[in-house]
Amino acid sequence: MAMNYNAKDEVDGGPPGAPGGAAKNRRPDNTAFKQQRLPAWQPILTAGTVLPTFFIIGLIFIPIGIGIFVTSNNIREIEIDYTGTEPSSPCNKCLSPDVTPCICTINFTLEQSFEGNVFMYYGLSNFYQNHRRYVKSRDDSQLNGDPSALLNPSKECEPYRRNEDKPIAPCGAIANSMFNDTLELFLISNDSAPYAIPLKKKGIAWWTDKNVKFRNPPGGENLEERFKGTTKPVNWLKPVYLLDSEKDNNGFINEDFIVWMRTAALPTFRKLYRLIERTEDLHPTLPAGRYYLNITYNYPVHSFDGRKRMILSTISWMGGKNPFLGIAYITIGSISFLLGVVLLVINHKYRNSGNTADITI
Amino acid sequence: MRATKGYPQFTDLTCLSPSCRVSHGIAGTLLGEMALCAKKRPPEEERRARANDREYNEKFQYASNCIKTSKYNILTFLPVNLFEQFQEVANTYFLFLLILQLIPQISSLSWFTTIVPLVLVLTITAVKDATDDYFRHKSDNQVNNRQSQVLINGTLQQEQWMNVCVGDIIKLENNQFVAADLLLLSSSEPHGLCYIETAELDGETNMKVRQAIPVTSELGDISKLAKFDGEVICEPPNNKLDKFSGTLYWKENKFPLSNQNMLLRGCVLRNTEWCFGLVIFAGPDTKLMQNSGRTKFKRTSIDRLMNTLVLWIFGFLACMGVILAIGNAIWEHEVGTHFQVYLPWDEAVDSAFFSGFLSFWSYIIILNTVVPISLYVSVEVIRLGHSYFINWDKKMFCMKKRTPAEARTTTLNEELGQVEYIFSDKTGTLTQNIMVFNKCSINGHSYGDVFDVLGQKAELGERPEPIDFSFNPLADKKFLFWDPSLLESVKIGNPHTHEFFRLLSLCHTVMSEEKNEGELYYKAQSPDEGALVTAARNFGFVFRSRTPKTITVHEMGTAITYQLLAILDFNNIRKRMSVIVRNPEGKIRLYCKGADTILLDRLHHSNQELLNTTTDHLNEYAGEGLRTLVLAYKDLDEEYYEEWAERRLRASLAQDSREDRLASVYEEVESDMMLLGATAIEDKLQQGVPETIALLTLANIKIWVLTGDKQETAVNIGYSCKMLTDDMTEVFIVTGHTVLEVREELRKAREKMMDSSRTVGNGFTYQEKLCSSRLTSVLEAVAGEYALVINGHSLAHALEADMELEFLETACACKAVICCRVTPLQKAQVVELVKKYKKAVTLAIGDGANDVSMIKTAHIGVGISGQEGIQAVLASDYSFSQFKFLQRLLLVHGRWSYLRMCKFLCYFFYKNFAFTMVHFWFGFFCGFSAQTVYDQYFITLYNIVYTSLPVLAMGVFDQDVPEQRSMEYPKLYEPGQLNLLFNKREFFICIAQGIYTSVLMFFIPYGVFAEATRDDGTQLADYQSFAVTVATSLVIVVSMQIGLDTGYWTAINHFFIWGSLAVYFAILFAMHSKGLFDMFPNQFRFVGNAQNTLAQPTVWLTIVLTTVVCIMPVVAFRFLKLNLKPDLSDTVRYTQLVRKKQKAQHRCMRRVGRTGSRRSGYAFSHQEGFGELIMSGKNMRLSSLALSSFTARSSSSWIESLRRKKSDSASSPSGGADKPLKG
Repeated sequence: MAMNYNAKDEVDGGPPGAPGGAAKNRRPDNTAFKQQRLPAWQPILTAGTVLPTFFIIGLIFIPIGIGIFVTSNNIREIEIDYTGTEPSSPCNKCLSPDVTPCICTINFTLEQSFEGNVFMYYGLSNFYQNHRRYVKSRDDSQLNGDPSALLNPSKECEPYRRNEDKPIAPCGAIANSMFNDTLELFLISNDSAPYAIPLKKKGIAWWTDKNVKFRNPPGGENLEERFKGTTKPVNWLKPVYLLDSEKDNNGFINEDFIVWMRTAALPTFRKLYRLIERTEDLHPTLPAGRYYLNITYNYPVHSFDGRKRMILSTISWMGGKNPFLGIAYITIGSISFLLGVVLLVINHKYRNSGNTADITI
Repeated sequence: MRATKGYPQFTDLTCLSPSCRVSHGIAGTLLGEMALCAKKRPPEEERRARANDREYNEKFQYASNCIKTSKYNILTFLPVNLFEQFQEVANTYFLFLLILQLIPQISSLSWFTTIVPLVLVLTITAVKDATDDYFRHKSDNQVNNRQSQVLINGTLQQEQWMNVCVGDIIKLENNQFVAADLLLLSSSEPHGLCYIETAELDGETNMKVRQAIPVTSELGDISKLAKFDGEVICEPPNNKLDKFSGTLYWKENKFPLSNQNMLLRGCVLRNTEWCFGLVIFAGPDTKLMQNSGRTKFKRTSIDRLMNTLVLWIFGFLACMGVILAIGNAIWEHEVGTHFQVYLPWDEAVDSAFFSGFLSFWSYIIILNTVVPISLYVSVEVIRLGHSYFINWDKKMFCMKKRTPAEARTTTLNEELGQVEYIFSDKTGTLTQNIMVFNKCSINGHSYGDVFDVLGQKAELGERPEPIDFSFNPLADKKFLFWDPSLLESVKIGNPHTHEFFRLLSLCHTVMSEEKNEGELYYKAQSPDEGALVTAARNFGFVFRSRTPKTITVHEMGTAITYQLLAILDFNNIRKRMSVIVRNPEGKIRLYCKGADTILLDRLHHSNQELLNTTTDHLNEYAGEGLRTLVLAYKDLDEEYYEEWAERRLRASLAQDSREDRLASVYEEVESDMMLLGATAIEDKLQQGVPETIALLTLANIKIWVLTGDKQETAVNIGYSCKMLTDDMTEVFIVTGHTVLEVREELRKAREKMMDSSRTVGNGFTYQEKLCSSRLTSVLEAVAGEYALVINGHSLAHALEADMELEFLETACACKAVICCRVTPLQKAQVVELVKKYKKAVTLAIGDGANDVSMIKTAHIGVGISGQEGIQAVLASDYSFSQFKFLQRLLLVHGRWSYLRMCKFLCYFFYKNFAFTMVHFWFGFFCGFSAQTVYDQYFITLYNIVYTSLPVLAMGVFDQDVPEQRSMEYPKLYEPGQLNLLFNKREFFICIAQGIYTSVLMFFIPYGVFAEATRDDGTQLADYQSFAVTVATSLVIVVSMQIGLDTGYWTAINHFFIWGSLAVYFAILFAMHSKGLFDMFPNQFRFVGNAQNTLAQPTVWLTIVLTTVVCIMPVVAFRFLKLNLKPDLSDTVRYTQLVRKKQKAQHRCMRRVGRTGSRRSGYAFSHQEGFGELIMSGKNMRLSSLALSSFTARSSSSWIESLRRKKSDSASSPSGGADKPLKG
C-alpha cells in the first residue's frame, strides 16, 4: 500500500515547474532532513550482539576483578586507633582537656615487613567534613593569597571570619578545625635505642593545590609581615605562619594545612600525614617488628563520638587497599556471564516463537 | 488567496510556551485582546446611531473603528510580558526557588543554577512574544490605515478606517472590503440590491444578496444622503452573524431593519458598482470581531498526564524533603550539637527542629531538578520540530493547489498518534464538491462507459483520449467525456439525444455570464446543475443567456430563444423541477427533471418498456455510486396552458396555504410525461479517500461522517468511499421524527446486533438496562459489521440527555456512522458526546464554516485548506488540502510524534531522577545538610547542556519503523490509542530505573572511595574527587541510556550524543582550569580536580563498573522482552533487519464489488426559490433605465453580454458569428 500511496502522490504531482516564484516556495524542499529520510543506523538488540556483549563483559571483568583483588590483598596496611575512649588505652588520659600538652604512646607490632614507599595516614570517623555549612566555610581567595580577601574574608567564613576585630587567616570552619595531633613513629629494636622512622612531610598534597590553589599573600620576605593584621583561627595554638619552619611549607602552603583543606566526601576518611620513603638499601622500608607511636594529643573528637586512627599502608598501581572494587568486578563479571548463559538458553528455547513470529494485523 | 488581500495573515510564528498559543490568521490576529482598545463602558442596552450627526453619536462613546490586537507597546512590553509569563505555574515555581536560594541559611545551591535556565526560558518566550506582537502591530496598522470614503459635511472624503465613526455614511465600491458593520442605504443596483461575498465571515463562497429598505434605496446621490438624518436604534453589539434587529426612525416613520439590510465587516462587495452604508457597529463591536473569540486552548492527554505526574513528583519531592528534614533534625540533635566544636550552628538557628525546617527548604532547592524547567522547554521544542516536519512534508503537499500541510498549533502533535474517532464532513472533505457528468441513458441507450481496445470496460488510468469537442467553439475545455458514441448520436441528429440535451440546457436555474465573446461562465446554485448544463453546452446545446422571460440557447451553433413561461421550482418535497417554455415555433413544452422515485411514477403509461431499460441503467449507475436524475418532457397545448397558468396565478395569489395550492397545481401539470432518459453525475471523491478510510479503519480508527447533506447523498458517498459496503451485515437507518420512534429504532438496532452475536435466549433481559456498563461491553464486542445512518431530526432526539448514552452505545458498536442533515451545532454535540463518554481522542476534519464548531470541539481539528473559505482552516489545528493526507498525518506523523514524545518523557524523568536522587542518598552521609553531590556548575549545566541535546535529538528524529511500514501495518498505530507507551505504569518504571541508577551512582563510588587512596598515596575520597567521579559516571550512564533508547541514529544523534560527552569533558577541564580559578577563586574551587581525579585508574574502574551495572539489566530486560514478547514494531524492525520480504502479510485493499443495492438519490443540493427570483427578474438588470446606465461602463459582467446578445438577435435573429454545424 505504501507503494501505491507514493505512486499516486507522484501522479497527483501536476505540471512540474509551474510558474510563480512565491507559489513555488510553498513547496517543501525535498531534502533528506526535511523529509525525515536522513540515513540512520537502527541498532536492534539481537542475540548476535547482546549475548557476546554479556560474555565479553564477563570475560573482561572477572580477570580484572581478580587482578584488583590480588593487588589489593598484597597491600600491607595497619590501622591503630588512638582515640583513647577505652579506659585501657594509653591515650585515655588525654581525653581531659586539662592535660596540655598530652603525649601518649601506643605500641604495636608489624607482623610483616612493609616494602616500598609507606604512607602514614590519620583517619577520622564521624567527622562531617562534608557538611554543607562546613564545606562552604572557607575563602579560596584568601587562601590564594589575595591581599584584600586576607584582610576582609568572605562572609562564608562566619562565624570564623573575625576574631576580636581582626580578620582570621585562614578563615572559616574548615581551617579552624584543622587536625593538629603530632604523630611520630619509632622502631623498637632489641639492641639499641628506639629508632625514629624518618617521616617526610612534603609531597603529600596535590601539585595543583600546592602551586595553584594555595598561595601565601604577597609582600615582604617575612611571612609574619605578610600576614600582618590578621589573627590566628580560634582553635589554633599558633598562627598560620608558624605552621612549619621550612619556608616553602609554611603559611597557606603548608602541606598539612592543604591536605586538611581538601575536605573529605564521607564522614569517615583518612588523610595522608607523612611519607616514609623507600630506603636505598635492601632493607624493607618498615621491617617487621615492634614499633611505638608517639602522639601529641591535641585534637578532641570524643565529644561527638569521633575516632582517630593512624594508618600505615603501602600502595599499588591503583592506590591503597581496596577490596571492594575487586570483589565488585568479580561479582559483576560473573553475573554478566551467567546472564549471558541464561539469555542464551532463553533465546535458544523461544527464538522460534519470537523473532520470526508472523506479523499479524 | 482571498484572505491575504483582506486581513493580513501571519507567517507561522510558533510558540514555545504553552500559554502563547494564538491561532493565526484573521481570527487570531483580530481577536481577543482588542478589549484593551476600547475603554471600559457599561454594557450597552441598545445602540442609537444617527446618520450624519457625529456630535450626537459621540455622546454614547461607541468604540471607534480602530482595532487593536497587539498586546504591548515598547514601554509596557517588559512588565506586562513578565507578568504574563510569571502567571505560568512553572515560572513562578522557579522564581520561588530563586527567592529561596537568596536566603543564606537555606541556600544549598548558588543562585545561578536556577536563574540561568529561568532567564533563558523567559528570554526566549519574550523574544517570541515580541515578534508576534510586532507583526500584530503591523497588521493592525495596515487594517486601520485602509482608506474608505466617508461622507463628511456633504462631501466624500478619504478617511482611514480607524477614523470611521458610528453614524458615518461611507461609500463602498466594487471588490472593496466592508469597513465596519453597515446598514445598507442604497446601491448602484436596482431595488437597492447589492451582492456580497461572506467567505471571510462564514466560509461560504456563494454570493449573497443584501437589499436596502425601500425608503433609503432612493438616496442615490450624495446631496440626498448628506441630508439623511435617520436614527437607528438597534440591538447592542453581539456575535450573531445571521441576526440583526433594529428600527430606523426617519421622517416620523419607523422602518424595521433585519440582517437582510446589513453589510458586515469582513465581507467583500461584488458585482455592485457602489453602495452607501451607515456605520452601525465599528471596530471591536463589529460582528466579525465579536465572533473571533479566543480559541480554546487545547491540551493533549500527554500534557494532562504530564501535569499530573509533575504534581505527583512535587508530592514526592515534598516527601523526600520531609524525610530529609526529619533526618536533619535528628542528626543535629544527636550529632550536630556535639559537633559544634568544629561546626557551630548558624546564628539564627537555635534548635535542631528549626535546622530541620530550614533543611527542608534547602532540599527542596537541590531536589527541584526532578522537574527541571527544561522539561517544558524541551517538550515545546520537540513539538515545534514535529510541526515543522509536518509543514515540510512533501508527501502532504498538494501540487494542484500548491498548498503544503500546515501544523497551525504546535501543542497537539503527539495526540495525532492516539486518535480513535474521526468525524468527517462530507462535502469538500471526502468529496471535491465537483460534480461531473459521467453517464447518461437516452431513450434506452446508455452512454458513458469507457471501452478499451479489447472491448473491456476500461479502468481508471488506462483511459483513451477524451473525445474532442473542438467542433463547438463554446465548449468548456475542462469538460471531459470518453464515450464517442454520444457525440456521434448528437451529430447525426438523433432527436431523442437532441431533446435530452435541450432539456438540460433549458431546465435549470443557472445564470450565465459572458465576460468576452465565447467565454461563458455559469453560476449554478448547485454543482449538479452546473455539471448538467455544462454537459449540454459541450454537446452543442449551449445555454447562453436568460432574461426573466426568455432563455437563449445555441443549439448546434444556432441561437434559439425560448420563451420561458414558467419555472416550477424545486423543493424538498417535490424533488423535481420543471420549466415550461415556448419554442420559436410556438409549441409549448414542459421539461422536467427530478429524482427517479418521484418522476418514474409520473410518466405516461406508454413508456413502460423504456422505463424498464432506464431503470436497469439507473440501477447500474447507482451501483457505481453515481447520483442520478430522470428527465422527462410533456407537450402542452395552448388552451390547456392558458387555463393552467390562470390557475397557477390564482394559487400564487391565494392568501392561505399558498404552498399547498401551488404544489397541487404543479403536480397536475407534471403528469403523464414522456421519459427522455436519465443522467448520472459523479460526486467526485477527493483523491485516495476510499484507500485512506480503509487504512484508517484497519488502524482501528472509527470514522463518522457528519454532513449537512441529504440522507441519500450521504449514504451514496458512504458507499462510494467504502465506508459502507454491501457485505455489511446491516445498515441501520434511523429517521424517526419523535423521541419514541428514535428510541425504538435504536433499540431495534441494538437487538439485532446482540442477537447475532449471542446465543438466543438470554437476549432480552439486558436490553432494559441500557446504561449498564455490561451492555456497553457486550455491544463493544458485537460480531459482524454494522453501520448506522441517522438524520438530523432523529439526531436531535438522540442527543437529548436521556438518550445520548443509548445513541452512543449503538453508534459505537457500528463500524461506520453517518449522520446526515445535521446542523453545525449538532456536529459539535456529537463530537462532545463521544469526548464525554469515550475518553478517546477525537479528530474532526472539515472544510467549511459549518465545520468550525466541530473542529473547535474535537481534541484535534483539521481543516481542508486550499478551498475558497478559510474559516475551517482558521479554526483548525492542522490543515492540508486533501483528505488522503490524513493517513499520513496520523499514521506517520502522529505515530512518530507520540512515540517520540513518550520516549522523550520516559528518558527525561529517568535522567532527572538518576541525577537528583543521588543527593538524597548522600544526605544520609553528610548530616542531612543539603550538601550537593556535584559541583554547582554541573547542576546548572546538566539539564541544559550535558543531557539536553541527545534527548532532544531523539525526541525530534527518532523513528522505530520507516514511514512505509506504518502504512503497511496500520496496527502499529494501536499502542497510541491504548496509551501504552507512556502511562502511569511506564512512568513508575522510568522512575524506578532512575532511582536504581541513582543508588548505584552513589553507593558504588561510596564503596570504592570509603577507604581508598590514590596511586600517589594521597586521599582519594575527597569531596571534589567524589563529585567528579559521580558526575562523570552519571553523564556516561545517561549517555549510554539515551544511546540504547535512540532507535534511529542519524548523524545528528551521533553528533549530539558524542558531542555532549565531549562537551562535558571540555567544560569539566575548563571549569577546573587554572585560568578561571585565578580570575574567580571563590567560584571555581575545583581547580586542578579533573586532571588529578581522572588520571586515577581507580576512578575509571569505578566509572566503568557503575556504567555496566546500570546498563546491564536494562539491556537484559529489553532483550528478553524483544525475544519473548515483542511488540509489532519490534517485529517489523526485526524483519526489516533480516530483510525478509513479507509478502504474504501484505494487506491489500479489499475491492468492493460494483454490483450493489440501488441507491439512487435526487441530486439537487440547491435551494428553493431561485426560480422565482429569475422569473421576477430581480437579480437581473434589464430595465431600460438600468441598461442605459450600464452602457458607459466597461464592466465585463454577464449583463453586458446579455445586452449585446439581445441587440444581436434583434438585428439578425438567425445570424450571429457562429455558423450552425451539422454533423
